[in-house]
Amino acid sequence: MTARRIAVVSAGLSSPSSTRLLADRLAAAVVRELGSRGDEAVTDVVELRDHARAITDNLLTGFAAPSLETAIDAVVSADGLIVVTPIFSASYSGLFKSFIDVLDPDALTGMPVLLGANAGTARHSLAIDYALRPLFAYLHAAPVSTGVFAASSDWGGAGDQVSSLAERIDRAAGEFAAAVAGRPAASAPDPFDPASYLGEGRSFNHLLGGHPGE
Amino acid sequence: MTTPTWPGMQFGIFTVSDITEDPTTGRTPSESERIQATLTIARHAEEVGLDVFALGEHHNPPFWSSSPTTTLAFIAAQTERLILSTATTLITTNDPVKIAEDYAMLQHLAQGRVDLTLGRGNTGPVYPWFGKDIRQGLPLAIENYALLHRLWREDVVDWEGRFRTPLQGFTSTPRPLHGVPPFVWHGSIRTPEIAEQAAYYGDGFFANNIFWPKEHYQRLISLYRQRFAHYGHGTAEQAIVGLGGQVFLAKNSQDAVREFRPYFDNAPVYGHGPSLEDFTEMTPLTVGSPQQIIDRYAGMREHYGDYQRQLFLIDHAGLPLKTVLEQLDILGGEVVPALRRELAVGRPAHVPDAPTHADRVAAKYGEGQAPEAVPNPNRGDNLAGGPSPYRQPAAAGASFRKGE
Repeated sequence: MTARRIAVVSAGLSSPSSTRLLADRLAAAVVRELGSRGDEAVTDVVELRDHARAITDNLLTGFAAPSLETAIDAVVSADGLIVVTPIFSASYSGLFKSFIDVLDPDALTGMPVLLGANAGTARHSLAIDYALRPLFAYLHAAPVSTGVFAASSDWGGAGDQVSSLAERIDRAAGEFAAAVAGRPAASAPDPFDPASYLGEGRSFNHLLGGHPGE
Repeated sequence: MTTPTWPGMQFGIFTVSDITEDPTTGRTPSESERIQATLTIARHAEEVGLDVFALGEHHNPPFWSSSPTTTLAFIAAQTERLILSTATTLITTNDPVKIAEDYAMLQHLAQGRVDLTLGRGNTGPVYPWFGKDIRQGLPLAIENYALLHRLWREDVVDWEGRFRTPLQGFTSTPRPLHGVPPFVWHGSIRTPEIAEQAAYYGDGFFANNIFWPKEHYQRLISLYRQRFAHYGHGTAEQAIVGLGGQVFLAKNSQDAVREFRPYFDNAPVYGHGPSLEDFTEMTPLTVGSPQQIIDRYAGMREHYGDYQRQLFLIDHAGLPLKTVLEQLDILGGEVVPALRRELAVGRPAHVPDAPTHADRVAAKYGEGQAPEAVPNPNRGDNLAGGPSPYRQPAAAGASFRKGE
């Protein structure tokens, strides 16, 4: 079968960034998990910093410059989406939200999502559940129950000794791989196909209400 | 200095009626000044040989054009051959009965030099201001046009829908000039249902072709053409397509870029966003010499097929009247004559000419005399006595009751 395509959106602002570090860990774990289920997987990483100007332009003009459009297409047509954002001022970063805002509101419907976030301390860890999860619920996406938060201390010996970052990554990757594997391969309906906007076999008469029972 | 007109395509300008500060002087014209300037621009469009002047509709400052038929009627009285159109008329929030009346009225005053472009509008509060729900935008556009279409084609209409008071025995007056309603373009920048609507009725489709890359409009136009054929109005190549566009001209391209850049950088829609260079690459905006504009717009048919109408936006973002008139001089003097020549070459014979009232009357009545509606005396019993409150037209034996 064709490879599963996993989009990875990383919203870190610095380079190198610990946001990207977490994103790469999650992506690697997901590829490994899918592989153990017999599913080949490829990842498309979208580093939002590279599109920061184009995202702002898109907010103003309503259309995406070519490189951003390619990135958006990779995200909305993926079989699953991994997102990782730094937590700024108690929520996802502005750049992350701006990127979400330029997506078609229906584009992530049903999409399995693995939520990730990072910040300086573990005190922000609930931001995944009070900020990111409602956002993806609004978009009718399907985030898996385990989100992965990495505080700076998780990258060294002072991290959580009971449930380590690596264990949390593996658990989330397992849930996400199961969701991706259980989903038919992504196929976006063509919005310009009359069957999409009228319904299969229907004519404009149906929009006019000329056909009872519609 | 009228340019010999080739009937295949119409060229003109469209304006959104914004009143914007001139970023180079810091000066903002008054409503009165800008309205008078627009009248001057419309008259000059005819003087330089353009075919169409189209006016937007807005219901909030800093725009002035809340009442397009008033303005267009005034322009009609001061011009002789210019076609007056809209860009766009709000089919969602205007009462379709009033649209039917207003534009039929304008059609009589302008002796047929009228068509209109329907759109849904892009200012959210206009819906509640006019008692509508923006979430019903598409159903409103579909239902309201269905009623408008009937009001112009049936002398007496009984009607009931979701969004408007029902009608019993209503006659929209005056009847369309010569029994031929104004030609309608349906404008959309993203909605396939609107392309479908245009195709279903065999009406025109207009893509504003300003703010987005051509691929967005290509998909809609190609859908419209395919569905036009599906509904039996002709081949896909025979569908009636209009395009917008945006240009700024100077003798040489460096001057054009230098003069236009402050207006671009501060423009209400895309200002403070992408660079002029990026935007001209990604969208049909062309800033340069007449030859650059000619080359870019002569190439539009490669993307959209041979089409019928090209409108340019040239007067927004605070550009002063003097500059706009100079733009018109170059457009009418160099660009449009060259485009007429180039676009006539290789155009298949089966591609229809741009729609005019005279052609549509001729198509309906042939050599016969076009009828004019004459009402019967009305004692309130018009509707009891027969199918129409109008005398049947003597000419051509045509029934007034059914449209084309």
